[in-house]
Amino acid sequence: MSELSGLYQEMILDHNRRPRNFRKMEGASREAKGYNPLCGDKLILYLKMDGDKISDISFEGSGCAISTASASILTEVIKGKTRAEAEALFDAFHDLVTGKGHGNGTGPQLGKLAVFSGVSEFPARVKCASLAWHTLHSALSGAGEVTSTE
Amino acid sequence: MAVTREVVRAQASEPSPPAFDIRRIREDFPILKQKVYGKPLVYLDNAATSQKPKAVIDALLRFYTQDCANVHRGVHLISERATQAFEETRLKVQRFLNAREWREIVFVRGTTEAINLVASTFGRKNVGAGDEVLITALEHHSNIVPWQILCEDKNARLRVAPINDRGELILEEFEKLLSPRTKIVAVAHVSNALGTVTPVREIVRMAHRQNVPVLVDGAQAAPHLKVDVQALDVEFYALSGHKLFGPTGIGVLYGKAKLLEAMPPYQGGGDMISSVTFEKTTYNTVPYKFEAGTPNIAAAIGLGAAIDYLNQVGLDAIAAYEHDLLAYATEAIAKIPGVRIIGNAREKAGVISFVMEGVHPHDAGTVLDQEGIAVRTGHHCAQPVMERFGVPATTRASLAFYNTKEEIDALVAGIHKVQEMFS
Repeated sequence: MSELSGLYQEMILDHNRRPRNFRKMEGASREAKGYNPLCGDKLILYLKMDGDKISDISFEGSGCAISTASASILTEVIKGKTRAEAEALFDAFHDLVTGKGHGNGTGPQLGKLAVFSGVSEFPARVKCASLAWHTLHSALSGAGEVTSTE
Repeated sequence: MAVTREVVRAQASEPSPPAFDIRRIREDFPILKQKVYGKPLVYLDNAATSQKPKAVIDALLRFYTQDCANVHRGVHLISERATQAFEETRLKVQRFLNAREWREIVFVRGTTEAINLVASTFGRKNVGAGDEVLITALEHHSNIVPWQILCEDKNARLRVAPINDRGELILEEFEKLLSPRTKIVAVAHVSNALGTVTPVREIVRMAHRQNVPVLVDGAQAAPHLKVDVQALDVEFYALSGHKLFGPTGIGVLYGKAKLLEAMPPYQGGGDMISSVTFEKTTYNTVPYKFEAGTPNIAAAIGLGAAIDYLNQVGLDAIAAYEHDLLAYATEAIAKIPGVRIIGNAREKAGVISFVMEGVHPHDAGTVLDQEGIAVRTGHHCAQPVMERFGVPATTRASLAFYNTKEEIDALVAGIHKVQEMFS
């Protein structure tokens, strides 16, 4: 597999073409904005919390294929997770895209997030892949500010 | 007829420059020989920085191996050699811009510093509460933010002349914004994001009718157009050495001597003074008043070598070659379905900015990179321009005279590959 097709795996291209949970959420209990000044990617994450659990999640915004697919897949894997589980996944995801680990250690199972393994070969694109996750972190910690990757 | 005869005589008296031989020119740029990802490098990011001919690299090497000393200080031989090479560059820049006097050439770090220098000296002295600074909607952040800082500080107002859908300055609107409150006009000669060449002569005429001085950001113009500051009659002209095939860290501010003399100093330190006591300091004359501290001597000398090289290739030959190349590239890119060129000014230089249906520029940039093609993607430090055209970012191919039609063909093939991938 070439590096390029390792980056743009079919699942990523599919989520870019048809992002899941791509909608504004009415009555969201939390909301956070993410911005990548380098390429102008912008997104808004909406969360519905049920106690400590993320019962629903959606997003809106515009960005490159990597950031759009990352946000889309994030909404799929994070729904139903507790705050601690979500943060643990963020750590594992971050290690994956920065090439520090492959999620097969003691951390949580990455599941379909593994399609982002190719990102580590493209340092300039790590911010694209992690924008949605940084935004999730800020939504969960309730900072309520625009999350910037810079 | 008299004109023709004069031209003929001029050609006869000077050795005519050798014909424009693109293969020989590419040989002069060592970096262009390399492969990236196993493919020949196609460098189309010249508006960000241009590559350096061997003559420039050799000049840097020569300085550091033979002539390295501080300037304007030592009585020893090496210091004299360094000073002489440094000051010779000032004369080369003077001739390159056709400035009236050598002391009108101030060395700075780059265009950004040149504009900041004018904003914080001329601007601080002459712009007051209720006054206005007039710029255009085409400007790079470096010709916006220094003026914003000044205006905020002085309670002055930043006015912005609009552009049309082609990306051209609307001159009538520009003229309407000029008023007795306008204290300075600051405008790009060539837009870095769109490639638009602005009508500097008309801008200057309009501004001068109201006695308003004009600063021109020439960062993107100097590598492509012959610049004559006297013919343009601008008060200030700024450029960056690294976009002009010279080293990074050196740039030029041209300023009319009368204005430079009346301006307060920029930074305090060594070399910018005549005498210092704890009671009073007497400032040095121009241009040294604005050159505090040890300058980037090696880079300045490298810039001198770049100017020599450009003169040797021939500025007219470069302009003619680039004109053809830009026309070729524009036509080739414009006819790709799903690709839209942003910025279709009637007069352009060096830049093609475009967007692709359904593909974010950042993804296009990554795929092109894997093909060995270096382009810039993003907002190009010109977010207001992006906003004007309703796009978050563009892909920008920017040309230099060492680029070829074959490289444009490679870019077109790369764009097709991007489209295949994201269709």
